[in-house]
Amino acid sequence: MSSISGIEPVPPKPLVTAARLSVALPVLAVLLASAIFAAFVALYGQNPATVFGLIVQGGFGSSFAWQDTLSRAAPLVLVGLAVAIPAQAGLVIIGGEGALVLGGLAGAVATLPFAGTHALPMQFLMLVAGALIGGLWFGLAGVLRQYRGVNETISSLLLSYIGIAVFHHLTEGMLRDPASFDKPSTHPIDPSYMLPTLPGVSVHAGLAVSLLLAIAVHVVLRYTRWGFALRVVGGSARVARMIGLAVNRWIIGASVVAGGMAGIAGAIEVAAVQGTANSSLIVGYGYSGILVAFLARHQPLAIVAVALLIGGMQASASLLQRRLGLPDATMLVFQGLIFVCVLVADAIAQQLRETTRR
Amino acid sequence: MSVPQVELKNMTKRFGANLALNNVSLPIRSGTVHALLGENGAGKSTLVKCLVGFYHPDEGHIQVDGREHRLNSPKDADALGIGMVYQHFTLVPSMTVAQNLVVSSATLPAYINWQSELKRLARVTRKLPFHVPLDVRVSQLSAGEKQKAEIVKQLYLGRKLLILDEPTSVLTPAEADEVLGHVRSLTRTGALSAILISHKFREVRRFADDVTVLRRGASVRTGAVADLTDDALAEAMIGEPVSKMVQHAPKLPPKPNVVLSIRDLCANGDNGLPAVKDLSLEVRAGEIVGIAGVSGNGQLELVEAMMGQRDRNGTIAVSGSSFNGTRKEIARLGVYGLPQEPLKNACIDRMSLAENLALRNFDRVPLCRGIAMNYRALAEQAERLVAQFRVKAPGLNASMSALSGGNVQRAVLARELTQDVRLLVASNPTFGLDFVACEETYRRILEARNGGAAVLLISEDLDELLGLVDRLLVMSGGRIVHEVSAEGADKRVIGKYMAGMKAA
Repeated sequence: MSSISGIEPVPPKPLVTAARLSVALPVLAVLLASAIFAAFVALYGQNPATVFGLIVQGGFGSSFAWQDTLSRAAPLVLVGLAVAIPAQAGLVIIGGEGALVLGGLAGAVATLPFAGTHALPMQFLMLVAGALIGGLWFGLAGVLRQYRGVNETISSLLLSYIGIAVFHHLTEGMLRDPASFDKPSTHPIDPSYMLPTLPGVSVHAGLAVSLLLAIAVHVVLRYTRWGFALRVVGGSARVARMIGLAVNRWIIGASVVAGGMAGIAGAIEVAAVQGTANSSLIVGYGYSGILVAFLARHQPLAIVAVALLIGGMQASASLLQRRLGLPDATMLVFQGLIFVCVLVADAIAQQLRETTRR
Repeated sequence: MSVPQVELKNMTKRFGANLALNNVSLPIRSGTVHALLGENGAGKSTLVKCLVGFYHPDEGHIQVDGREHRLNSPKDADALGIGMVYQHFTLVPSMTVAQNLVVSSATLPAYINWQSELKRLARVTRKLPFHVPLDVRVSQLSAGEKQKAEIVKQLYLGRKLLILDEPTSVLTPAEADEVLGHVRSLTRTGALSAILISHKFREVRRFADDVTVLRRGASVRTGAVADLTDDALAEAMIGEPVSKMVQHAPKLPPKPNVVLSIRDLCANGDNGLPAVKDLSLEVRAGEIVGIAGVSGNGQLELVEAMMGQRDRNGTIAVSGSSFNGTRKEIARLGVYGLPQEPLKNACIDRMSLAENLALRNFDRVPLCRGIAMNYRALAEQAERLVAQFRVKAPGLNASMSALSGGNVQRAVLARELTQDVRLLVASNPTFGLDFVACEETYRRILEARNGGAAVLLISEDLDELLGLVDRLLVMSGGRIVHEVSAEGADKRVIGKYMAGMKAA
């Protein structure tokens, strides 16, 4: 304590370890989950090495595999952002699936009245319609939390089920295309409105949209006063009120933007892949997005990387099924294991942090 | 069935370097109510926690009927028939009173024969002077009934010495009189002894036989209530001015312009009941106005309502404009604050020291242009403030919890007082701080005042207030009940108002 004041240069060590820890823990969690998964497939009578080899091959082993992986990663990035943005404000919102399917439905019907005009504004309209509905859906969870004291995790999950039910109700009723027999769907959108393929990689333009949004979210959270204010609100609503931030508005706003991301994911699935809204939209992207965000520690750029990893795993599922006869749900088991391990690692990290603080 | 004679002898308890109890003895005569008076932090809770086995005294022991006992856990206290009624209710709201009583027994069989238990319960409660409905859910009872149910529970458990920890703080005066009246009559019949923790003189005078006054961990006065005047009690409780050396800056005559004007302010507490009632006050430029009061009399709610952290009715105007705590108003009118426990109430733990120093101006030039943050300017500002206010920290990017309490306070002082402060609201700003940090806080507050700011200082420490303020208000029961200028302040009078003995 020779210097009276100022920054003492001595112990920057704990910061370094904290930063390292936040990278190391998810990696360790994935490794641990992989070990348990290896035991699982061994019990199934398969050689784990073969299985992991096939996962890499099916996800990243060929240009066709990459194509599949990338088109799966696009919605995963967006639903990952839908979890990560509210997380900055201290919310745990896990209802991405509902916002995604409703966003898809809105995107599917938004352009139906306008056949045969310019494609670009129509594509824009689809994404905006999806964003609005998705934003509304998450916004409800935010409003319920701020004005009614309802836990946002539970309300968003329940709203997700309601959203899916509404989706079924409308696609099998009012909005159903009578020509869709075995799979109730909305009327197909004008084929010229479908999102184009990105030159060179033969993946739909939705990938570019989600990458741009991830970068935008990263920039806003990291480099603007909005991101700063959101972190204050997430850090302590009390202090945020003291310094004059309108906490309700920030929390509901963050929810709306997040829901918008999930809604755009749904609209992209419709506008780039399905061409109509039908039950093929409900394949669990919303839930995988929770895993993506947690594994990426709610960092937008890390979400892109993790979405590629999870997308690749999902893309390899059919290869595992064809080559080894492993059931369809195998990859879900792997994802579930990773999720459990990440949560456990988080809990351990928390304890470590508290013990080092003492 | 006789009530034991309980005596605490020479109790000393240290928490680290802090002497919480200093050789305190407390004799409780069989069949009497013994009141324990003292300010917050005087050691009342520590003393009774030793008596119910939560704390183990470093020195001293407990005698029951002349025999020495060591209480290692609340179970040992239970065996001796010592029980406590807490300030806050400990009944399960979703269960009926009868169910609560039965399950509260320490030795509950695996299978509960409800019929025989309820019969036994009815037998016990029939003999009591007061009636509590047994088959009503606790959540449907009023506060007074709940408190009575707590006492019935203690009697049902066969407790002979009841410790009542500010039992009336959540009750209306009428309910308080009824509950304490029953306790009093039970002791008269020799069924019970009681320790009544309170800082309300009226209750002590009316319902207690003996009284012991604690101050700073020591027993400073003890005797029969009838032998002691209110003045003597107030003096013992508040004591002589202690050596908290505040260099009192020469008082400047306050400027005539009113900065803070509060009219008919009402705000509810967290429990939904009115906590601030039709409160009006004014603070002028260049003046420190203090608010004294026992904690829990609406001070916290007043500050929160003022800072826009709590819903309110009534008008709050700063320099003539209405103030609702928005960011624009804060910057335009210059309203800043020093909350108590700054780490919790003024800082964001998960953000860095530099970012915490920027909470007030992160959205203004030079830290922000348009919407883009300039983190270099933010770091420069932090460096400057850290040097100017001598904040010691492991680094500008350190999390706030890596700083000591005094340095957290210095950081908050740096952030709040380098703004254009025209109104400073400080609420227990030195709570839990070491001596040096206290001194610095006082000095900075005085500097702000001398710079022409209006200061509202809320504190539970009367010595601190009298050392700093130009004018003192006393708050009790959500209202301002007394006003006095610093020169004419008489601690005994103020103490009486604080204790709710006098109403405005």
